[in-house]
Amino acid sequence: MAHLQPAAVKQITEICERYKDEPTPLMMILSDIQREYGYIPPEVQELVSSLTGVPVSEIYGVVTFYSFFSLTPKGKYDIGVCLGTACYVKGSQLVLDKFSELLGIEPGETTPDGLFTLDVLRCVGACALAPAVRVNDKVHPLVKPSQCQQIIDEIKKQEEASA
Amino acid sequence: MALVNITIEGQHYQVDDSLTVLEACRQCGYNVPSLCSFNHGQCSLASCRVCLVEIKGAKGLCASCVYPVNEGMEITISSPKATEARRASVELILSNHQKNCLQCDKNGHCELLEVAKLVGARDGMYEGEKTPVTIDTLAPGLTRNTGKCILCGRCIERCKNAQGISILGFENRGFNTIVSPLENRSFAQSPCLQCGQCVNVCPTGALMEHSEIDKVDAAFKAGKKVIVQTAPAVRSAIAEEFGEPIGTCGTGKMVAALHRLGFYRVFDTNFGADLTIMEEANELIERIKHKGVLPQITSCSPGWINYLEYYYPELIPHVSTCKSPHMMEGAIIKSYYAEKHDIPVEDIFVVSVMPCTAKKYERQRSQMPNDVDAVLTTRELAKLIKRAGIQWSKLPEEEFDSDLIGEYSGAGVIFGVTGGVMEAALRTAYFWMTGKEYQAINFTDVRGLDGVKEAEVDFDGTKVKVAVTSGMRNAKPLLEQIKAGTSPYTFVEVMCCPGGCINGGGQPYVHPSLLPNEDLDIIDTYCQKRASVLYSEDERCVVRQSHNNPDITTLYSEYLKKPGSEKAEELLHTSYVSDRERFPEASK
Amino acid sequence: MAEKITSEAELHERVAHCAACLNKKFKGEDGKKAIVVCGGTGCLSSDSEGIITEFERLIKENHAEDKVTVNVVGCFGFCSQGPFVKIWPGETLYTKVKVSDAKEIFEKDILGGEIVERLLFVDPVTKEKVKSQHEINFYKLQKRDIALKGNDQINPESLDEALAYETFVGLAKALHMTQQEVIDEVSKSGLRGRGGAGFPTGRKWQFAYNEHNDEKYIICNGDEGDPGAFMDRSIVEGNPMNVIEGMMIAGYAIGAKNGYFYIRAEYPVAVQRLQHAIKLCEEVGLLGDHILGTDFSFRCHIRLGAGAFVCGEETALLNSIEGKRGMPRPRPPFPAVKGLWGKPSVINNVETLANVPYIIKEGWEKYAAIGTEKSKGTKVFALGGKVNNVGLVEVPMGTTLRQLIYDIGGGIPNGKQFKAIQTGGPSGGCLTAKDLDTPIDYDSLIARGSMMGSGGAIVMDEDNCMVDVAKFYMTFICDESCGKCSPCRIGTKRLLEILEKITEGRGTEDDLVQLENLAHYVSQNSLCGLGQTAPNPILSTLASFRDEYEAHVQDRTCPAHVCKKLIQYWIDPEKCKKCSKCARGCPVDAITGEVGKTPFVIDPNKCIKCGTCLSGCPFGCISKI
Repeated sequence: MAHLQPAAVKQITEICERYKDEPTPLMMILSDIQREYGYIPPEVQELVSSLTGVPVSEIYGVVTFYSFFSLTPKGKYDIGVCLGTACYVKGSQLVLDKFSELLGIEPGETTPDGLFTLDVLRCVGACALAPAVRVNDKVHPLVKPSQCQQIIDEIKKQEEASA
Repeated sequence: MALVNITIEGQHYQVDDSLTVLEACRQCGYNVPSLCSFNHGQCSLASCRVCLVEIKGAKGLCASCVYPVNEGMEITISSPKATEARRASVELILSNHQKNCLQCDKNGHCELLEVAKLVGARDGMYEGEKTPVTIDTLAPGLTRNTGKCILCGRCIERCKNAQGISILGFENRGFNTIVSPLENRSFAQSPCLQCGQCVNVCPTGALMEHSEIDKVDAAFKAGKKVIVQTAPAVRSAIAEEFGEPIGTCGTGKMVAALHRLGFYRVFDTNFGADLTIMEEANELIERIKHKGVLPQITSCSPGWINYLEYYYPELIPHVSTCKSPHMMEGAIIKSYYAEKHDIPVEDIFVVSVMPCTAKKYERQRSQMPNDVDAVLTTRELAKLIKRAGIQWSKLPEEEFDSDLIGEYSGAGVIFGVTGGVMEAALRTAYFWMTGKEYQAINFTDVRGLDGVKEAEVDFDGTKVKVAVTSGMRNAKPLLEQIKAGTSPYTFVEVMCCPGGCINGGGQPYVHPSLLPNEDLDIIDTYCQKRASVLYSEDERCVVRQSHNNPDITTLYSEYLKKPGSEKAEELLHTSYVSDRERFPEASK
Repeated sequence: MAEKITSEAELHERVAHCAACLNKKFKGEDGKKAIVVCGGTGCLSSDSEGIITEFERLIKENHAEDKVTVNVVGCFGFCSQGPFVKIWPGETLYTKVKVSDAKEIFEKDILGGEIVERLLFVDPVTKEKVKSQHEINFYKLQKRDIALKGNDQINPESLDEALAYETFVGLAKALHMTQQEVIDEVSKSGLRGRGGAGFPTGRKWQFAYNEHNDEKYIICNGDEGDPGAFMDRSIVEGNPMNVIEGMMIAGYAIGAKNGYFYIRAEYPVAVQRLQHAIKLCEEVGLLGDHILGTDFSFRCHIRLGAGAFVCGEETALLNSIEGKRGMPRPRPPFPAVKGLWGKPSVINNVETLANVPYIIKEGWEKYAAIGTEKSKGTKVFALGGKVNNVGLVEVPMGTTLRQLIYDIGGGIPNGKQFKAIQTGGPSGGCLTAKDLDTPIDYDSLIARGSMMGSGGAIVMDEDNCMVDVAKFYMTFICDESCGKCSPCRIGTKRLLEILEKITEGRGTEDDLVQLENLAHYVSQNSLCGLGQTAPNPILSTLASFRDEYEAHVQDRTCPAHVCKKLIQYWIDPEKCKKCSKCARGCPVDAITGEVGKTPFVIDPNKCIKCGTCLSGCPFGCISKI
């Protein structure tokens, strides 16, 4: 297993320390790490295991159980297509298919350049805006398959501008 | 505890109120099929849904393995609804199962197959996609095939409860759930002890020992002089494989069978055990006399050595440098024995029959190459015997070969049970410390199946405290104590498997549902029954102390000179790794 | 530091003061105009935060701080018309407001006192402009003062505005009662769990109360996973104090000193508002030791879910809080006996707890007067799908589906035919036109093969294929099954495979039989509620739309033209204008023809049925057959 950077060790230790008075704080620790780093690789799990005493196999079991946790880094832009019922009946599957086709990746995968991750969401509570697509924190309402290219292009343009 | 009145299939019964419905049914004579439940339902996720019964007033069918009985409960097992549901549960499980039963090593001991027969499962009822399969054959001791796993979780519980290390866990979710070490790695790439406790509880062929029968076959084919040695604990259980009750001594018939299988010599690892005692008791006395690192900890359990290297490398100076008995015996066969008979070492092939899967790993350690060439478990030996068409019941009782290293003492026999090494060592250490034999012979304080036992021994005025533990979860507090420097003990025996080798990961399966003639509480009593086989054999032995084994005496006088000599160090001692990587990348 | 509230008298004094302040704000008696902006999820997605920022900028620019205030409120519920901006006094409601509209509202309405007509709601039937909220049909039939109390009125980040709505008055009353009296009150009110199965709340509390243990827990289940339901989110986001109060009353009743909120990690706004609310309550002593000067001590904690639908199942939720995989536990023992960390625990849904303060404050009789015989009070539904007015509605139990879909929901858009409404999400079933006049309550829904569930209500029209809908739910369940018990882990997978066969035109009559049998087996023998209800969408669509299944199996057709493998796209040669737009848009070059010369034709062997041509044809020549 790869070794962690000292800064990461320090920060993860701090996160574990944050919840030391809480009973069974594993989920809280993992949530914070996921938020902080975008993913929870096995070496991080080992560290959490040694700090909390929870066997690493159990931590791994938890990480792979909950879809919010990820073992691999997500792309810079996480495109989530809502497949909640309201969105589905309004055709969000077609939107997902379109993104998949345009990005050349399946849901759950990340493009080789690390720019995009395509995810399936289960209701973001924006049912009135169905089909809804969330890119990082921004929700795009009423997305049609024909608009997918535009959403991707905008991000790419933004990237080029900042680069 | 109190009694409650229940009815099963319309018949009235009184049962203990602490029972589950499943236990109550079995007690009253109804064999409700079950799969995931184990050990009185303590290890039961109620996930397989095979033990469903109807309970009046309850919503839907109930998983009897976890449902407690209560007063007035009315249980129906054989209603069409329940019967069909149990069958559907098994059929669904089969639809996601690698059904190559003909090639499966577990055939004959497979609980799933048995249950499928019981419920009348039909083939191909719910065919469809299967969960992606991982087959791990990288580790020397164990194999894992997720295609045969039914996700009962018994192995997870056992690893946690027996060894406290939780190597195995559930991974992923839903249809993709598997049981595996971290990241679906091999056992070889995880800090797994390869003790095989998980194998012992697995209802299917998902977890198995890594078979070495092919290696033995190849040695015979190549015309080697194949010498076999059998560990003490093997005789306590091998008869079970042939339908005899648990607790039957199988020594004589086993030896007879080995003779018929064409082995060049049939030896008892007890000789190696006696040799271990000579070296280990000597090491202990040296440490006591020269104020060496104490307590000294035993080293004959390779599962424990794995635990030491992975989890407590700082305790390495405490651990005896003695090889385990079968490795010592292998080393002696390939040196002393070979020289005496003038057999080229390369013509000799040593097979150890062990109650253990970790021994398969141990023989491949780089610190002791070539001492032993193959390790078979008790179960694998039974397979060899059956394959050769040998009828166990018709076998005579025969003696181990008496050829230079054939003699053994009662002290060697009890190595197979927790406390045995300690007792054997004490018998010899007492003699060496005091110059006389311990009159009572037996040190009964260190007997029994408790997780931790302690005793104080009076060596003619010198009082020595000793402790015995088995199962790494039980051992952990003792090890922590030693690490902290507060251990009151001089000598500590550690065995990896709870109860010692009689309960090793290579021993015959004790799956109560496949043992219709055993008592209902067999899961609680089988260790005791196997242990009593060894203690009775000890009682029957003429020589009860290792240092009184005549072949041992000759070995030292003619070859090794004295315990701890240079030659003994070279052949009989080993070293440990203090920086063993816990999650190594794949070597191939 | 906020002023402590250490006794009931102080609470009432503060409540009276706050109510007066809020009243003044609404009536403009403080000499100010108040702008409130919807902070519900839907509106936030449409940048309602940007609208607030813009108003703040305008106020500053115009030095109008002493004349105008602006703040966020909870969800207006009428999400398809959001974002909303409401102006007090006068209650003018602007809909579908964009950031760029803020300036006009500010200049015309706030400064000029003139209504911005173009932003008013237009009634879809009468086409008339409607000025204020309560005149809109969507709101007329609703009763938004129990679970959604104050949701679109108060600032969810202000304790004072919550107090103005008499929050914590119910708690104060409860603390005068014995624990048993509180439980009796809730039992008599007829309140049933709003999370799904509708178990009587009072009875649940009674079980936990009967257990003798120093440590007990009350847990609020906010792991709303039903795809298409978001009422719990809105309740927490809109009035978190109300839920806290409900939890405290429950905690007092059963003897718990600690309460845990389990909220989906996907709801960051809800979590943040809840955290803020807890902090505010702690500051004034409404949470902590000796609350309101009594011996009752209580603390609230928040735990986050992490994306597992099964954690809405209460024992899976407990495992999740305990840091384990969210796999349900066998019952018995029930959580009320052995729950969180082995202690007696009560798990109540967000909406359930939001009902509790009303019951205690107003008395069980008043609450029980709302609803039907066996289902009391109100229910919040997330109305969505093929319906004009999409949003969150709170209606008395017993409201009919017709009222819900047509009166509140404004009917089906684009003149399409109503086909079915799915209630209860993946655990529920669909109801059809013949059920339209059914009063909605727990038992009537179950009697019709559906269930209340958490309150998702998705309307489907003639363009929805019911086999496809069943397949959609089964896909969801397969993804979300925890994998523990074999009926759910393997059974739902097999059900899905059969549905896939059917929708791809490979199904047989035997498959339908197998589908039905297996669905019954899975529902009867799964370990937890998720698996037990998972086949409901199949069973209910089979019951109501068997002809659609048979069409797929016997005729290999999809009557709703949804199932890709069973449809073809076709260009009507009579209508085709030979413009080539479709051919140019086709991603796989399946369309050929000559511009201006020959009509264009789709090669069915090449066509991937993406629908680009259909939606792109300017003349409507392309159809699915």
